Amino acid sequence: MAEAVDLKAIGTRPIRPDGVDKVTGRANFGADMALPGMVHAKVLRSPYAHARIKNVDLSKALELDGVFAAICGRDLPEEGANDLSINILARDKALYHGHAVAAVAARTPALAEQALDLIEVDYEELDPVLSIDDAIADGATLVNENMYTNGDRSQPPSNIAAKQKFERGDVEKGFAEADVVVEESYRVPTAHQGYIEPHACIATINEAGRATVWCCTQGQFDVRSMTAGVLNKKVSDIKVIPSEIGGGFGGKTTIYLEPVAVKLSEISGRPVKMVMNREEVFRATGPTSATFCRTKVGAKSDGTITAATAWLAYEAGAFPGAPVGPGCMSVLAPYNLENLLIEGLDVLVNKPKVAAYRAPGAPQSMHAMECTIDEVARKIGMDPIDLRLKNAADEGTVAPYGPRFPAIGLVECLKAAREHPNYLSQKGEGVGRGVAVGFWFNIGMQSSAEVRIAENGAVTIMEGSPDIGGSRASMCLMAAETLGVSYDTINAHVGDTEATGFCNVTGGSRTTFATGLAVVQACEDIIAQCKERAALTWDLDVDQVDWEEGKAVPKPGVNADVQPLSLADIARSAGRTGGPLLGRASLNAQGPGASFSVNWTDVTVDRDTGKVDVLAFTAVQDAGRAIHPAYVEGQMQGGAVQGLGWALNEEYIYDQKGVMENAGFLDYRVPVASDMPMIECQIVEVPNPSHPYGVRGVGETPIVAPLAATSNAVRDVLGYRINDLPLSPPRVLETLDESN
Amino acid sequence: MKKVHVSTTVNGQQEEALCEVHQSLLDLLRDELGLTGTKEGCGTGDCGACTVLLDGRLVCSCLVLGVEAEGKEVTTIEGIAEPDRLHVVQQKFLEHAALQCGICTPGFIVAAKALLDQNPDPDETTIRYWLAGNLCRCTGYDKIVRAVQDAAQELAQSS
Repeated sequence: MAEAVDLKAIGTRPIRPDGVDKVTGRANFGADMALPGMVHAKVLRSPYAHARIKNVDLSKALELDGVFAAICGRDLPEEGANDLSINILARDKALYHGHAVAAVAARTPALAEQALDLIEVDYEELDPVLSIDDAIADGATLVNENMYTNGDRSQPPSNIAAKQKFERGDVEKGFAEADVVVEESYRVPTAHQGYIEPHACIATINEAGRATVWCCTQGQFDVRSMTAGVLNKKVSDIKVIPSEIGGGFGGKTTIYLEPVAVKLSEISGRPVKMVMNREEVFRATGPTSATFCRTKVGAKSDGTITAATAWLAYEAGAFPGAPVGPGCMSVLAPYNLENLLIEGLDVLVNKPKVAAYRAPGAPQSMHAMECTIDEVARKIGMDPIDLRLKNAADEGTVAPYGPRFPAIGLVECLKAAREHPNYLSQKGEGVGRGVAVGFWFNIGMQSSAEVRIAENGAVTIMEGSPDIGGSRASMCLMAAETLGVSYDTINAHVGDTEATGFCNVTGGSRTTFATGLAVVQACEDIIAQCKERAALTWDLDVDQVDWEEGKAVPKPGVNADVQPLSLADIARSAGRTGGPLLGRASLNAQGPGASFSVNWTDVTVDRDTGKVDVLAFTAVQDAGRAIHPAYVEGQMQGGAVQGLGWALNEEYIYDQKGVMENAGFLDYRVPVASDMPMIECQIVEVPNPSHPYGVRGVGETPIVAPLAATSNAVRDVLGYRINDLPLSPPRVLETLDESN
Repeated sequence: MKKVHVSTTVNGQQEEALCEVHQSLLDLLRDELGLTGTKEGCGTGDCGACTVLLDGRLVCSCLVLGVEAEGKEVTTIEGIAEPDRLHVVQQKFLEHAALQCGICTPGFIVAAKALLDQNPDPDETTIRYWLAGNLCRCTGYDKIVRAVQDAAQELAQSS
């Protein structure tokens, strides 16, 4: 249980164990690996957003000197030909512009590119489906002729892969009781995670069918199972070694290259390296859903919300799996409501298959709802934080998606925001201020950890969660706290699939919570063993021994004339007391603990250019307990700026044929340092009862609120609302011209 | 295609390499000289992950041909630290947790050091505009800017 304990290590800000290698260029990321004799592979991608592939002829590419292997969709096993496999290499149809169609391995990357030009593909161009409106219209072209909504074959095939609904109470009655009703609709564009490191891997396979894959991933075990699935191999035939990872934000929880590299290695007999370029990253990986959301909120003049509805349509790309479920779960999660109705649609379009992006689905739906709530507050003349406090979910509230919330920190965050000097301050002339709430439910799932004690007492943690933002430091801090030893004596390693026990991906804000829990339990295992060794040494019963501040000591009242034994003392003589000290834990963590946030921002709008400038941004968030506060702030700040980028500039711009026109960082403009102010953070700590130190995941919530906070701030300064994002200069300028 | 012989100085060391004419300086550093600390994020000069100094000027090494390094001096992230200790910019990045994933960090550190070499007392706006060619997707820039400010302060005190 999370008690108010006297913490020594947790809450401090030491330097991360992998830090020196990352500031000196030593750390090896996905593209940094090389193997003797390796060859390089490149991918041929569809020039059409929707086309039937009538034939792929690889023969001329294979004739080029220096080409070792070439494959296309038919070379992957039919068994296991699921969406993942078809996304990795198209079969009978190319489903989006940039869809992989074939791949070539050659002596150099340039030669592989040259060989791609020799591949002949016979396409029959089809009409692309490029928007939710087109996809759900009667008589729409079908992205997938075999797609039936929720698998119901009694109805004709549809681009709506799935529908879902959460319902409570009687919304009509609730709206009838309202003094004010606001109904709006909003569009949020496709955005990319924008990790700076493109996808990369090297694969090699031997004649016994054993493959080794090095890659940058959020989850080496998932790469193993997905690669095995696509290639119809056993997971035990594939070893995956995760490199350092240059950002993922959810986008590296899936695979694109690995099975192709293994297959090309199998054919060529050589290690195969694949590295995407930035254009490929934009066209064929990642993005999250563009959405069309309708919301309706009714409230009494005292601010009590009487009913709320949300209709949420999410683009999935060319395969089902838009994050509309989490969008539905999140949209009204901050509110304690009697009457609600939430409907979600998973809609196929001829665009890349969406991947997880930080709090997948929540930013879009909560943008819609938090803008609507803002309008309600304006209509009844209530402070937007007070309105939210009036309706806030708290411990015991039943979430719209079912469970009853345990201790949560929304009310504490709202109160902290209400009293914050940045909120109490007068906004300047021509400045707009906008507020919004963010939420993410967080996940637990499976983790393993080993804690190994060297003969000098040094501690090595071996775990399986790729460190994407300083998690090794958090693991070391929790181990230091539990064992009662110095942080400096501990190191943490991320093991490959054969060096450590199974771990789910680094995602869902689960790592510090779930893998951290495994580390804590593995340390408790070490303590139990140390007590046994001390008891043996002192000829006492184990229940006569305590562990205090990193030392075994006789329990109070036990008559033993002995000196305390430190971890190092016990480790030094471990050979005489039973062998090396090795602690371990594996678990399926329950009770991850939702994290709520409140964000507000001050903006100005340049009326000549339409450019929105962010003057200030403040983030308040419940972290349960901040293990390494600097990395918690880092999550809050990084998420805030990703959210600001999405609110202000980021979008996939398509031409009429479904070709993305801005597939590069010059035109897909993520925020740069000069766009942003300092991001002020206040960490609220309402401990999660399911973690020994009270940890809640913090990584995803920060991206959720900035979209609506920015929208509401622009609304505040302009005096009217622009419902759709991004609030880029052209869009804002257009409305300024209209309003003049 | 015949390779071209390139003689260049990298981090004070004379280096000889064979380079294809289309290869970038970034590829020369990474693939021929094994200096993988310089990263590729875009290959089009938009992200700054490949930032190096070429005869003292900041460049995106993906936009420079390898053959252009002939007779020139290149400084990469591997040449920033002293043999026995980190450069103050590197140390401050660590102390301020100014990196999360770390892929953009080498470029930022090379660029920030170049700023402080030329302007030992930059204000926040100057730092933000100087680093505007380097993309970071993890940190939101806040802690990077603070690390550079702190490094400037420490350099001022030690000089």
